[in-house]
Amino acid sequence: MTSPKRVGRIEFGLFSPKEIRKMSVRKIIWADTYDDDGFPYPQGLMDLNLGVIDPGLRCKTCDQKAADCPGHFGHIELAKPVIHVGYTRLIRKLLRVTCRSCSRLLMTAEEVEKVVGPEDSELAGDIVSEKDIKKERVCPHCGEQQLKINFEKPTTFSEVFVEDGRKTEHKLTPADIRARLEKIPDDDLRVMGVNPDVARPEWTILTVLPVPPVTMRPSIILENGQRSEDDLTHKLVDIIRINQRFKENQDAGAPQLIIEDLWELLQYHVTTYLDNEVAGCPPARHRSGRPLKTLSQRLKGKEGRFRGSLSGKRVNFSARTVISPDPNLSIGEVGIPLAIANEMTLPIRVTQFNLEEMRQYVLNGPERPTTRSPCGANYAIRPDNRRMRLSDANLETVAEMIEPGWTVERQLKDADIVLFNRQPSLHRMSIMAHRVIVMDGKTFRLNPAVCPPYNADFDGDEMNLHIPQTEEARAEAEILVSVQANILSPRTGGPIIGGIHDHISGIFLLTHRIRHFSKEETLYLTQHLPLDHLPEPDKIDAAGNPFWTNKQVFSLILPEDLNMLFHASSCQNCETCRREMCENDAFVQIVDGNLITGTIDKKGIGAFDGQILHRIIRQHGMKQAAQFIDDVTKLSIRGIMLEGFSFGIDDEDLTRNEYGQIDEALKGAIGDVERRIKIFNEGQLEPMPGRTLEETLEMQIMQVLGKARDRTGEIAGRHLGMDNSAVVMAVSGARGSMLNLTQMAGCLGQQSVRGERIMRGYEDRTLPHFRRNERGAEAHGFIASSYKSGLSPTEFFFHAIGGREGLVDTAVRTSQSGYLQRRMINALQDLKVAYDGTVRTTGGRIIQFCYGEDGTDPGKSSYGAPVDVKGIVESVLKEEVK
Amino acid sequence: MDEEEVADLLATYHISLEQLPKVYHDDPAVRAIGGDVGNVIRITRDSRTAGRAEAYRLVMKRPKK
Ligand SMILES: [Mg+2]
Ligand SMILES: [Zn+2]
Ligand SMILES: [Zn+2]
Ligand SMILES: [Zn+2]
Repeated sequence: MTSPKRVGRIEFGLFSPKEIRKMSVRKIIWADTYDDDGFPYPQGLMDLNLGVIDPGLRCKTCDQKAADCPGHFGHIELAKPVIHVGYTRLIRKLLRVTCRSCSRLLMTAEEVEKVVGPEDSELAGDIVSEKDIKKERVCPHCGEQQLKINFEKPTTFSEVFVEDGRKTEHKLTPADIRARLEKIPDDDLRVMGVNPDVARPEWTILTVLPVPPVTMRPSIILENGQRSEDDLTHKLVDIIRINQRFKENQDAGAPQLIIEDLWELLQYHVTTYLDNEVAGCPPARHRSGRPLKTLSQRLKGKEGRFRGSLSGKRVNFSARTVISPDPNLSIGEVGIPLAIANEMTLPIRVTQFNLEEMRQYVLNGPERPTTRSPCGANYAIRPDNRRMRLSDANLETVAEMIEPGWTVERQLKDADIVLFNRQPSLHRMSIMAHRVIVMDGKTFRLNPAVCPPYNADFDGDEMNLHIPQTEEARAEAEILVSVQANILSPRTGGPIIGGIHDHISGIFLLTHRIRHFSKEETLYLTQHLPLDHLPEPDKIDAAGNPFWTNKQVFSLILPEDLNMLFHASSCQNCETCRREMCENDAFVQIVDGNLITGTIDKKGIGAFDGQILHRIIRQHGMKQAAQFIDDVTKLSIRGIMLEGFSFGIDDEDLTRNEYGQIDEALKGAIGDVERRIKIFNEGQLEPMPGRTLEETLEMQIMQVLGKARDRTGEIAGRHLGMDNSAVVMAVSGARGSMLNLTQMAGCLGQQSVRGERIMRGYEDRTLPHFRRNERGAEAHGFIASSYKSGLSPTEFFFHAIGGREGLVDTAVRTSQSGYLQRRMINALQDLKVAYDGTVRTTGGRIIQFCYGEDGTDPGKSSYGAPVDVKGIVESVLKEEVK
Repeated sequence: MDEEEVADLLATYHISLEQLPKVYHDDPAVRAIGGDVGNVIRITRDSRTAGRAEAYRLVMKRPKK
């Protein structure tokens, strides 16, 4: 398996003036473009030899019409040489390492060998750089004293003379520089990393400028009939004008000063023609004030030729709109607005078997009035590939005409498979295949359980939709890209789709401890589940009414052969687990598909570590797992709706008793800090090993204040129990933590910058509200208030300082990881795992001899391990194994 | 690895010598075992996923810049 052709080497070089003239088809001398009749001027910038853009005209070089002529280069003879901005750094280096008189490299042969290494050595040497040459030395070849070369952006070079201790700068003209570069011997260039066969250094100073073909700078005709030229043409006009004026002045024997000014102007125009964003050079602007887009700008950056046009393109058969949640959809479905479904099509070939169906689509036409109406078609394509737009006028005629061999572009309808995507597409689960449900409204609808892989929320996020157009694409989408094929993340080997937020709170509230539901309640909870009958009731009261337990209700959606034992998120990690007797009901025990003890929460069904979900995937496959997610989300939503779930400002209220205790704890801590500062000031503090006295004090203070904050949290937590929604969310793992609750009800705690107390601000103090050199808790960012009680002005400043650090961190991290991601993808995108398990490049070169060294697909693994031994043993023995 | 082993290796993976991963002749590890340009070396590593893993590299000359 070898690639048919190999790239032996790529040569990078410069165009010589000779080559530029040789490839030119026309010398351009006039700045004008079109004459009054709208015909291109001969030898003007739109000369017919450079190619044609107007239909009807023929190219004078290749005699082809506008569509076929590729365009041809012309050239401008510059009156005086000018520097190419792209090579100023090379020019600077060459001027600094070569002699100002004989242009040899300022090194002896021995010195060169030291850097480059012996001629035919095994080891690769370095190339000579500026650092290898001593400043202002004497030429070892001709004895000339060297001068310092100054470079000023963008294109000015000058030599520094020192006369009687006074420095004078003497400007080097491009012609002077060119003369020096011309004299550098070929052999000296090679050791500097320049190949003189393809890139003589003097070619970096332009004497002749290529004029690009008109095909790459077409003029456009505005609505009012006026011609508007391309930015490049504008710039070339400037260059030719100045070039012309320069020649006239030179011939007329103008004073040196004027000549120099014009030369600099010519240099400016050529510079901005090549790159209009050079440092130290005002960008050339359009009459409207908009900076011109010149050569560099066409290539560089995100919208440039490489990233914008070559690696990224826009596509048809795609749609984009805002997303919103719909918990009644399955995770594998997506709701599409009717307007989009009417616009988007997929091609169906007409055969004798589907002829009647296709006819009906055509008859239905392009306008589908409601989501319940049958879908229509927008186009019919004849066997000769002629495309016919369907409209009310031609529906019947076209319907009559179609026969096998035609193609009908049918509108999207329910159960069509589509690709759904949210940027940034950081992993493969960012694009998944869903089945269409046509809906009213204007947004895409998706089940909130598939938000984690897309990293989507509903605060205005938009997503994209693509319609696969061939059978192969649809098959691939269904088998490889479908949502259910992506429940397991290839990153961790665990589930990434599962319950979030309210799903977790809901299932927690439903399954916590033991509760009994009447028949009415039980049916309310289970009405959206695909069940045939209820199990035997747990108990029947005196009046003969049946009751079911909450655990029974949950067990309804479990597979019958499920056996599991694990600790829920709410487990306190007690030293000796009391298992079935756990006070928090955190010991989950599932025997033969029945939840015996324990509460289901994040650990059970959560999007990132849903253990039940994971086990169902391993034992029953993806389809059952997808069904389980649908069931559990619907059940949990009912579970949370049974009682309702809300949080208000008074949920943060504590009693006078607790406020007293919190005050006391904080006062104690602040007093403790004062005492330690006093010890420090008296010089009595014992430094910790490897720390200065100040560091020791700082660490002690941080520790004391940290403890104080935790203490307020404990006090607040004692009052806020399971009847508090925020506590339920924190304990079940749905959202938030006890720390958030501490900060709301207890105390915000120490604000920090780079892990230290806040030290910056004014002279010797953080804010003018404090005395200089004060070390106390409040003076360096300790916030004793809570979000509920509100912050004092100084506390508010400190909070803003600490908060800013977080914002900066996220901004920096996202940009850095985005760039890392881009480079990784560029490096890895064409690698694939071959059928023999090796990882190879497209050329068949081996990267890994066995994928991941163990040949395991992490997406099919159990958290990386090929076999889930513990899970298998547990389901057989039905008891916990260590 | 001797010539026969190399031939076997290339046959197992249906590849040419060029398609093997490379290592420079002046790599400290290659020097330590006295590998020469053109040799194929077998590398056995501890692997986090597989316990032990084998890889092969063709010794090549470090190219001049
Ligand atoms: Mg958002
Ligand atoms: Zn042509
Ligand atoms: Zn010299
Ligand atoms: Zn426990």
